Amino acid sequence: MATAIASTPNRTLSGAAGIGIAVGVYGISFGVLAVAAGLSAAQACVMSMLVFTGASQFAFVGVLAGGGGALAAMGPAVMLAVRNAAYGLSLAPILTGRLGERALAAQLVIDESTAMARAQDDPGAARRAFLATGVSVWLCWNAGTLAGALLGNGLGDPRALGLDAMFPAAFLALLAPQLRRPGAPVAAVAGAMVAVAALPFTPAGVPVIAALAGVVPGVLVARGVRA
Amino acid sequence: MSWTLLLALCAASYALKAVGPLLAGGRELGPRARRALDLVAVPLLAALILVQTLGDGHRLVIDARVPALAVAAVLVWRRAPFLVVVLAAAGTAALLRALG
Repeated sequence: MATAIASTPNRTLSGAAGIGIAVGVYGISFGVLAVAAGLSAAQACVMSMLVFTGASQFAFVGVLAGGGGALAAMGPAVMLAVRNAAYGLSLAPILTGRLGERALAAQLVIDESTAMARAQDDPGAARRAFLATGVSVWLCWNAGTLAGALLGNGLGDPRALGLDAMFPAAFLALLAPQLRRPGAPVAAVAGAMVAVAALPFTPAGVPVIAALAGVVPGVLVARGVRA
Repeated sequence: MSWTLLLALCAASYALKAVGPLLAGGRELGPRARRALDLVAVPLLAALILVQTLGDGHRLVIDARVPALAVAAVLVWRRAPFLVVVLAAAGTAALLRALG
């Protein structure tokens, strides 16, 4: 997909709009689940505006919905946001300009904007693709969250509606494209096993943090693949 | 839900995003650090899938979420859109609970 949307400014804009719309739909489901997990509509919207990174937000409300406290929900959410630091570092050479501009651009550092920027050939095009995608996704994600939060307020029992089953499905949809990376399947299996083993003995949120240990066999396998 | 913790999450999330654009000054990560950071989300997401499918407090249970995840897995494999995947999972669990 990335290469297909590279090059001309028009294709960059239509690619950015298309990604935005897809993310908006995802935002609707986030809004519904956030209010079902006990956030107010205002909290769901503030979270989407300021946190603005989908996997972390889903993880946060997922732990809340599963009965963990907000503190327990923080750990997995922050750890999932760590990859944005890696994205930001890789984008730093194209995100130049005054401090204020860079401070605003930083908020747009997410999976989609990074992927679009990496698909371009020159720094100018990469910068335009990053900004177009980031702004489009930000607008649609927040519109979707608001719509979902309002919709979710009118819904009944989250369990009877199967809303709790939406979380693992959402995480699976996020995980699947990442499994093609070297070492990723091993890291996934190892992480899942650690989390399940830790679940009966540790407070909510800890099993997911413990799963980070899965990175170690993943990196070892990735290195073996290259050698 | 506490606003304080929510705003703390906002601050942490922004700080992570801003490290590169605000502080890096053109420095780049080494390949080894980059590979590890690229993999960070993978075991976390895998763990979230299992914990959210099997977890019930501190117990592991098999309930309507398991067939719901199986339906979602087939749809992800068939490259169905995101909304179709999550709605099918919710529908499967809701239907099984209504029946059982």
